Amino acid sequence: MKILGLIIAVLTGTLLIYTTSDFPSWGDPSSPASTHLSPHYIEKTLEETSVPNIVTAVLADYRGYDTMFETTVIFGAGVACFFLLRVPRRKEPVERLYRHTLTGMTLRIKDLDEVPENLDEFERIDTLWAPYDLIIKTVCRLLIPFIQLFALYVIAHGHHSPGGGFQGGVILGASFILLAVSYDLRTAKERLREKLGGILCAVGVLIYAGTGALCLLLGLNFLDYSALASILHVDPITARSHGILIVEIGVGLAVMATMIWIYDNISSEGKYEEGL
Amino acid sequence: MTWQLDIPILTLVVVCAIGAITVKDLLGSAILFGAYSFMMCLLWAIMGAVDVAFTEASVGAGVSTVFFVAAVFRTTRRTKD
Amino acid sequence: MRYAPCVLILPMSDLITHIVANYNYWIYITLMMIGLYAIIAKNNLVKKIVGMNIFQTAIILFYISIGAKKGATIPIIEHAHGDHGAGSSAVHAIEYINPLPHVLMLTAIVVAVATLGVALALALKVYQQYNSLEEDEILDQIREK
Repeated sequence: MKILGLIIAVLTGTLLIYTTSDFPSWGDPSSPASTHLSPHYIEKTLEETSVPNIVTAVLADYRGYDTMFETTVIFGAGVACFFLLRVPRRKEPVERLYRHTLTGMTLRIKDLDEVPENLDEFERIDTLWAPYDLIIKTVCRLLIPFIQLFALYVIAHGHHSPGGGFQGGVILGASFILLAVSYDLRTAKERLREKLGGILCAVGVLIYAGTGALCLLLGLNFLDYSALASILHVDPITARSHGILIVEIGVGLAVMATMIWIYDNISSEGKYEEGL
Repeated sequence: MTWQLDIPILTLVVVCAIGAITVKDLLGSAILFGAYSFMMCLLWAIMGAVDVAFTEASVGAGVSTVFFVAAVFRTTRRTKD
Repeated sequence: MRYAPCVLILPMSDLITHIVANYNYWIYITLMMIGLYAIIAKNNLVKKIVGMNIFQTAIILFYISIGAKKGATIPIIEHAHGDHGAGSSAVHAIEYINPLPHVLMLTAIVVAVATLGVALALALKVYQQYNSLEEDEILDQIREK
């Protein structure tokens, strides 16, 4: 199998390298890819949508259909992970582990009715081997708000600088994943419930498709944001810019919730008891 | 794209790719794949595709490495090839 | 006899310009083939998934390189703040890198991580069922049943 694979790879590679002799040379400004269609985007984007970042404008406006279904694919992947892995067993654990934060002593409480009230100096842990890392926990607790702020900046400032819904959503999701890695999955789930995550995921796709449908109701084409001008009381060109921002927020929500959903399911094998 | 930057990064990308599929430890493979993604992100930043480089830096080098580590943690690190 | 060295040098310089114009593409194809080899020949499921991702990223790299332009800047229009560019100097396509491949590939990267999640979930299910990630061991267990 290894030799066969090597032969196939080498043969395909040779064929592909042979075809590159017909390619335009690297970085040629007059190559076919750079002379059809893309000059229109580069020259007209600023006039038509008032968005300086051409990539954002083409992504959310000119090719809005494409991006809408990409978002749907991401949502579908999240749902697929959920159905593959999630175990819907609601079995309460028979015992709980508490660790004294000052001495490192571990309490094992077998009878859940007799959990003491005053557990201020104790923290609940999932497994006996879970290490106690003061430095990691403190640094992550300090960093996470700034990561989330940066993610919001990336979503909101995607019109003028590199960024947008996809990147901002992934960074926002990564901040919750960092919380789940540095503390434990239970702490992260207390901040963002599993059900809320699923709802956010669907709401993101709904915002995108709903904006398109709103444009349809206002009498223009699906995802033609200049229809929003009458609602937002701005001229049609600025309305396209605002429409891009609305769908970027939808994309960001959907991507964030999906990343968290996939991570939770994989890292806990769908049991949601202990994470990484 | 200047060749002084180009050739070392392209070499590193190929080395990381070969390393990621030959190393006999799945955790090492995941980390090498993260390094590969980051080199790829540098390559795109040099080419001027800033949005794509940004996405790859957050997705490829960040989240997908975490997914790999989580999957390896839940299965096994050992492999025969 | 005097022209003999020139005859030798000319094809050589042709070859060098050919290599300089195309070596990027060759390395991209090498990366693609590393991924393809891993998908076909590797025995471990996680290694196959790593190979799949290397293949994907190499194809994305290939696409991005098609949009590259020598002497052009990143596709964010300069001096566009304030009056939304109305009345300012016209934008020329030759000054900016082709943004279309970037758009197509940006979504492809995020979809790639979503499919990676599904692939790893499937690998996890296979491991729970057969307690192994090696393809030959899994096939043996299937045949025994």
